Amino acid sequence: MDDNGTLWLPEGASTIAGEVDALFYFIYWVSVIMFIGVIGTMGYFMVAYRRRSEADRPTPIKENKLVEASWIVIPTILVLIVFTWGFKSFIKLSVAPPNSYEITVRAQKWAWVFEYPDGVISNELHVPVSRPVKLRMSSGDVLHSFFVPEFRVKHDIVPNRYTSVWFEATRQDTFQVMCTEYCGTRHSYMLALVIVQSQDEFNRWLQESGIPEDASPAERGALLYQQQACNGCHSLDGTAMAAPSFQGLFGTERTFEDGTTATADENYLRESILQSSAKIVEGYPDIMAAQRYEDRLTSEEIDALVAFIKEQ
Amino acid sequence: MESATQPAGVAPQAAEAPPSGTPNYLTHERGLWSWLTTRDHKRIGILYACSLATFFLVGGVLALLVRLELLTPGETIMGADAYNQTFTLHAIVMVFLFLIPGIPAIFGNFVLPIHIGAVDVAFPRLNLASWYVFMTGAACAIGGILVGGVDTGWTFYTPYSSQGTNAVLFMTTAVFIAGFAGIFTGINFIVTVHKMRAPGMTWNRLPLFVWAIYATAIVQVLATPVIGITMVLLFLEKFIQIGIFDPALGGDPVLFQHFFWFYSHPAVYIMILPAMGIISELMGTFSRQKVAGYTFIALSSVAIAFLGFLVWGHHMFVSGQSPLSSIIFSMLTFLIGIPTGIKVFNWVTTMYRGSVWLQTPMLYALMFLFLFTIGGFTGIMVGVLSVDVHLHDTYFIVAHFHYVMMGGTVIALLGGLHYWWPKATGKMYNEPAGKVAAALIFVGFNLTFFTQFILGSRGMPRRYYDYADLLDRHPEFLGLHQASTVGSWILALGLFLILFYMLWSLFKGKPAPKNPWGAVTLEWTHTTTPPGPHNFDRTPLVTRGPYDFHLADDVFGPLHTGDGAGDGTAQG
Repeated sequence: MDDNGTLWLPEGASTIAGEVDALFYFIYWVSVIMFIGVIGTMGYFMVAYRRRSEADRPTPIKENKLVEASWIVIPTILVLIVFTWGFKSFIKLSVAPPNSYEITVRAQKWAWVFEYPDGVISNELHVPVSRPVKLRMSSGDVLHSFFVPEFRVKHDIVPNRYTSVWFEATRQDTFQVMCTEYCGTRHSYMLALVIVQSQDEFNRWLQESGIPEDASPAERGALLYQQQACNGCHSLDGTAMAAPSFQGLFGTERTFEDGTTATADENYLRESILQSSAKIVEGYPDIMAAQRYEDRLTSEEIDALVAFIKEQ
Repeated sequence: MESATQPAGVAPQAAEAPPSGTPNYLTHERGLWSWLTTRDHKRIGILYACSLATFFLVGGVLALLVRLELLTPGETIMGADAYNQTFTLHAIVMVFLFLIPGIPAIFGNFVLPIHIGAVDVAFPRLNLASWYVFMTGAACAIGGILVGGVDTGWTFYTPYSSQGTNAVLFMTTAVFIAGFAGIFTGINFIVTVHKMRAPGMTWNRLPLFVWAIYATAIVQVLATPVIGITMVLLFLEKFIQIGIFDPALGGDPVLFQHFFWFYSHPAVYIMILPAMGIISELMGTFSRQKVAGYTFIALSSVAIAFLGFLVWGHHMFVSGQSPLSSIIFSMLTFLIGIPTGIKVFNWVTTMYRGSVWLQTPMLYALMFLFLFTIGGFTGIMVGVLSVDVHLHDTYFIVAHFHYVMMGGTVIALLGGLHYWWPKATGKMYNEPAGKVAAALIFVGFNLTFFTQFILGSRGMPRRYYDYADLLDRHPEFLGLHQASTVGSWILALGLFLILFYMLWSLFKGKPAPKNPWGAVTLEWTHTTTPPGPHNFDRTPLVTRGPYDFHLADDVFGPLHTGDGAGDGTAQG
């Protein structure tokens, strides 16, 4: 829960937050003071020089060069201060410390996949506290953007290149990752949790999170369903999201966009994962091919997913 | 016409009541055809005014639907796809079909030639053509809605937009075509200001509105081709699969953002500079005082127009452009704050030792100072590199640009509407109703958008259909969204009140005196109300500045009653 902080900013939870907040409030208070100055003067003039008679003929005021010059010089000095300050903290935001722990992030419509150096895949971002973490991010389809308000970091994720963002969390808590670059229908549901843990808890989580050796194919499929972000589009409870629900899918008659039909058997499921554009269920968009699951999944993983979907 | 001139400061033409029954620009020709083929800059201004008022109404209703959907988390009145189309359409209509043509097309057309003592713009046929081109663009946008609507956001970011439906192409075509209307208007104004000024109308005597429109015209002519080129490239990519922006074809999506903002940032100045011009006129007239720092205000418009071309990258601090570019763009962005500040300080100073008359147009000018100053300071906030990283693409940005675009441009436009309404229609509007509407708009606007600053800096992303899942960690979002939606109703009430009393005024309003505000620019001192088809009986000879109110007795005659000094309802 995070309803602390100030009126304007949620309580910071990263090493950079303090500096960004200080600059935010510096600009804020300078602005408030200048705003009161400008609008206060305006209000005073409104009253002091209000029109008294239609015959009012005010004498023109001579231009004062010194006053005009001060309006140029003082704002220039102020903006140079905030520029330099913003520049310094931006450099810190842009350059990850060399010893950062690196996590790969894949953004896709409309889910997040986090992959750790030892191969663990998750749709929650677990990070150790007090350790710089660098996210190396890529997108499988359109632009997305990684944003955690409490960390004061944000960066766009672009399809044709890697971008990165780094932070060092300062307290153990749970925060929200939000996608902040508009990406279509379920943009506002493209969320994930950041779970900040002590290094020990984090290590324990990493060890427990791999797919157990002795899991059945369907159990492994259930984990893959989470990790590979199938759950971003396919529900298990019949809810229509961006793609057909898995509930009761297996064995039913499917009607496609071109009017043809087929029974959802194992081969149909396999084809729908590997060549999803081949048969598009009526009423749904052809959006899965961009995720390139054919490159991302091994044949064992496909078997596991088919087994999992069959059980729904 | 050209041979006889009339000294402006000497022979008080204003003292003569217009002979009743003299045909004015509204009555000398009648019928729809006379309007559709008119080459009169005033009638073209009215054509634009009617078209843009319609688009403003459409865009406004869409905005109300967006706010209504956000009243409760989850679905309130529409699904996610409908919501995405609604906010996209709201922005496209407001930006491309209302704000960008906006003040130049309506008041630039109506007022600028009279302000400089000209009989019309330099190219009257081109002027009429611009309205037809603009309406063709608008028809294209409607076509886009009919073939399925767009959900890309008004920024058309690739690759989302290039993977979308063909409706996107209708919209980009609409933007492309409407752009030409702006170029036509811009060329017309540049040539008109250079070549058509009346004798004695030196550059130092140009009303500040003319300076602002002139600076805007330069931006229109130089920047608009870039959006045209961008839209053509988008077309080529879609139809002949040339990889320009789409990474799947080897293109670069960030390149699109550079192209888009290279136009769309200067476009911000196309929207706000003319508004600043109106504010200069209002502050001078309703303070009965020379506008302070005339030269500084005039040249700051030109400075803003120039600098406006060099700051587009501040929309892209987190886009993946190089940090070095971001640093340079941030630096240049702050430079724009300085000429903007100069304007605000000078406007306030204009009231010093003046005779401040709080009629409705002046209320809008003061409201502009209040709202635009907030928009300006928050602009500094989002121009700072590290702070923008946090605020980018949140509601803070939404609030910031509404304070500038609506609190600035729309409020100035409403001020101009009330100010020039008697001149254009020959009727007075209801002054108390005007003040009530202004108060409703002020309260409604701040309730709608100030709450969005807090929403944004606390982390609420923009373009979110649903915020139910965010409430666990950000419970404050609910109350802020609801306050914002309630604010939008108060704001709409004020705007509908204006629509109502303006229509009332058109049919039942009292006839306007010739110069209800006591202004000393040529449209008030040297034309009838409403003006004749050729503006002036004789070409005026200008012998004084645009804000020489201390010479008003020379202009109006010493025993003036009603005109120029009355309470706005007095008969001249």
